[in-house]
Amino acid sequence: MSFISYLINGISLGSVYAIIALGYTMVYGIAKMLNFAHGDVIMVGGFTIFFAVSMQGLPPFVGILLAVVLCTILGITIEYIAYRPLRQAASSLAVLITAIGVSYLLQNLALLIFGANTKAFTSVVTIPAIKLADGQITISGETIVTIISCIIIMIGLTLFINKTKAGQAMLAVSEDKGAAQLMGINVNGTISLTFAIGSALAAIAGMLLCSAYPSLTPYTGSMPGIKAFVAAVFGGIGSIPGALIGGVVLGIIEILGKAYISSQMADAIVFMVLIIVLLVKPTGILGKKIQEKV
Amino acid sequence: MKKLCISKNLKDNIITYGIVILAYIIVQIMVSTGNMSSLMQGLLVPLCVYVILAVSLNLTVGILGELSLGHAGFMCVGAFTGAFFSKCMEDVITIGLLRFILAILIGGISAAVIGFLIGMPVLRLKGDYLAIVTLAFGEIIKNIVNVLYIGKDSNGLHISMKDSLSLGLEPDGQVIINGAQGITGTPKDSTFTIGVILIIITLIIVLNLIHSRDGRAIMAIRDNLIAAESIGINITKYKLMAFSISASLAGIAGVLYSHNLNSLMATPKNFGYNMSIMILVFVVLGGIGNIRGSIIAAVVLTLLPELLRGLSNYRMLIYAIVLIVMMLFNWSPKLVELRKRFSPRRLINRTREVQ
Repeated sequence: MSFISYLINGISLGSVYAIIALGYTMVYGIAKMLNFAHGDVIMVGGFTIFFAVSMQGLPPFVGILLAVVLCTILGITIEYIAYRPLRQAASSLAVLITAIGVSYLLQNLALLIFGANTKAFTSVVTIPAIKLADGQITISGETIVTIISCIIIMIGLTLFINKTKAGQAMLAVSEDKGAAQLMGINVNGTISLTFAIGSALAAIAGMLLCSAYPSLTPYTGSMPGIKAFVAAVFGGIGSIPGALIGGVVLGIIEILGKAYISSQMADAIVFMVLIIVLLVKPTGILGKKIQEKV
Repeated sequence: MKKLCISKNLKDNIITYGIVILAYIIVQIMVSTGNMSSLMQGLLVPLCVYVILAVSLNLTVGILGELSLGHAGFMCVGAFTGAFFSKCMEDVITIGLLRFILAILIGGISAAVIGFLIGMPVLRLKGDYLAIVTLAFGEIIKNIVNVLYIGKDSNGLHISMKDSLSLGLEPDGQVIINGAQGITGTPKDSTFTIGVILIIITLIIVLNLIHSRDGRAIMAIRDNLIAAESIGINITKYKLMAFSISASLAGIAGVLYSHNLNSLMATPKNFGYNMSIMILVFVVLGGIGNIRGSIIAAVVLTLLPELLRGLSNYRMLIYAIVLIVMMLFNWSPKLVELRKRFSPRRLINRTREVQ
């Protein structure tokens, strides 16, 4: 029975990874850059909720709303100030390093404002836990909320991209920026929108992550950020269903590895699986293979 | 006449070596006249480590043109094998310098072997996929070192992945690598002089490689893989060559690093991806493919947080802002154009035209 509860925990953690991975995958698909600061936007979301709910005593709903709004604004601002000037730069590494700079900046700002001590995050989820099979399996409220929000976000995002004009514009820009511009699409606006959606999702991920693992430091976001990026690559970067599959598989592997093999080696196992997948299928599970023309 | 014309490459190289030697002499004078704080003196060896790391990563990123985010992993391999060797041989080889040279060789070779083994599958991938896989390998190396236990007794070496008790050592045995606690009591053999000598050796290797036939083949692969392949360059061979040389130099830097510390542990801070990223920052800020730039960037960026120490908590914040602003200033197409318009050289030319 413990296997099933590990599995459920794994799916829950994987759902968080999937939500974070969406931000990476969309930004990569459209701007062709690794947004290293994405993990730290999660941390900002977590701290906003912590500040609003635990320090100011606001209701959780207001806190979450505040975090989403703040992270959205933050994402757009980062893109405008730090990434947009470098979009036409000669080397794609330049924008990568700038993203690292932004990541340092956010971490150190949080360090200055909230200090280096670990903060105890009060869970914002109020749904009671469910007991199954005569109490042998307990599914916590956080797990239920995480899995349900992941499903809602996935469906919502797929509908948004396929059914709305803005979503179609995003697809067009990710295919070919120049052609999209000639068709009258506002490329800069579309990229801003992508960053806004990605960052809003990061805020939600921050809320879910901190509710499930209730400790908050300025570095909280970086490791989940890297893992989520691994999940995005695993599923095929640029693909939304890929992010879901990659995230959930990664979460399950991590929790099962921790439970059955070695808690210290869990990260190594996750990375090992990624390497094997990439060696067999170099563009990830659902990635498109682009043939290079000579 | 031919002898008088020194080639541009040679002149360039001489300037690079000159900068290193000059810096060494200045530092030595400052130390002997007592003008350097003990804090700065403690930074000298890490400075050498970072310079070697930056130059060696530039070989992968700048010359081979592949983004590697696992450089700290190779450093970790070198650091642990080197320190392990020194610890084992502490009683056998009593001459510190000889033992250290052997440790450097062993650290470099083992990092090269690991680099070769990792490079074989990994270098088939491209771009960001390669970056994430190297990052993964770096993390795996760090994780494995954290659960590795090696002890020594009269029966030889014992290896375990569980804990120090399962080694089954004799009473006279000694645990050398103690899992997450790492290696303690490594002889402190690293000095600034050895560090500078290693920097110069690194520079000789890298600069000579770049200007050799092999180096040109590597750069041809970077510029256009398909074209290079079609004129008969062995892609795999040259990619692996650059990658493993780069790895082995990182290993040497690791040996230097480990012999400067009392206790060597593999933490996310020193051998995690943060370290790899920091080295990458040196390389990109110094100019991709520009060896001299890497040296200068490594020195400046290592000293910057220390010079800002007076600002206490704000120093890393300022570091981050400086990093972003420098990247924007260096690479933004609009700013590059602006800089060109107001560059002194062009202003001089314009005044000449007017005259």
